Amino acid sequence: MSAASHDAHHAHEHNDHGHGHDEGGAHGSLKDYVIGFVLAVILTAIPFWLVMADVLPSHQMTAVAVMGLAAIQVIVHMIYFLHMNSRSEGGWTMLALVFTLIVVVVTLAGSLWVMHNLDTHMMAPMPHDMREVP
Amino acid sequence: MAHAQALTEADKDRFYLTEDHHPENGTLLGFWIYLMSDCLIFAVLFACYAVLGRNYAAGPSGADLFDLPIVAVNTALLLFSSITYGFAMISAQAKKVKPTLAWLAVTGLLGLGFLSLELYEFNHLIHEGAGPQRSAFLSSFFVLVGTHGLHVTFGTIWLVTLMVQVAKRGLGVEMKRRLMCLSMFWHFLDVIWIGVFSFVYLLGVLK
Repeated sequence: MSAASHDAHHAHEHNDHGHGHDEGGAHGSLKDYVIGFVLAVILTAIPFWLVMADVLPSHQMTAVAVMGLAAIQVIVHMIYFLHMNSRSEGGWTMLALVFTLIVVVVTLAGSLWVMHNLDTHMMAPMPHDMREVP
Repeated sequence: MAHAQALTEADKDRFYLTEDHHPENGTLLGFWIYLMSDCLIFAVLFACYAVLGRNYAAGPSGADLFDLPIVAVNTALLLFSSITYGFAMISAQAKKVKPTLAWLAVTGLLGLGFLSLELYEFNHLIHEGAGPQRSAFLSSFFVLVGTHGLHVTFGTIWLVTLMVQVAKRGLGVEMKRRLMCLSMFWHFLDVIWIGVFSFVYLLGVLK
């Protein structure tokens, strides 16, 4: 590339950066924040109530409900507070999110799976040994 | 060589995009990618807690230690700080400096409230003899919750810094960009806290 065209390119870039669009990020309206907040309060209150008042018949059911509500609340936060959508930044934020989620799922599921296997293959400690543990 | 270069110059417009096709706002995308990498840190710490969370070493369990009302108050503080930050962003969009500063101050105070309650809880646990060295469960608990607390600490410092900058320089384009980055950071911490209170505290009390 010749020096002249290099300079021209640079000048163009500077123009491009100076054209002063406000900002690319999505910003929420008051309505968005209030809807998100109300949903988040409800989705927080229910799991605390489930655990503190011991509503459901089995602990397993409560655990599933708590984790399910947490997952829903994460999505609510993403949409109403972080203003995620598939169009922002030409879809790149969504792509990064999907990639991260895949890695997170592999990390969590893989760790639990491997370590659970390891635990079950270890010799169970004798009751006598358990008492010796500090 | 010279010939090849001449050809490139002449045909450049036809063959290549002559301008960069960069995203609308590189800073926000870059910051988002930072947040995703932070998300991976927390994922690893959650995995660690999931693996070690039942290894009590004959010590206290979550059901013995956790005080749910405190956790509920902490959750409320963080949730309120999320919406007050949202109000600050709305004021910033409207270019109103004073309301922006006021809402940022409220957000910072809620963040400080969260941190002091968490420090109180940690202090209480350590005095009860349930410090991080007591068992694998407590080690992983302190690392996970402590890392989140450290993030909130740095977020609060960042918030104070931005308040000073907004007070001095007003709400220009670059200031809004900075506020936007902190907004993402702050809401992200609230998202992580959902995982902490559900997975660590609520399920910890359950078993």
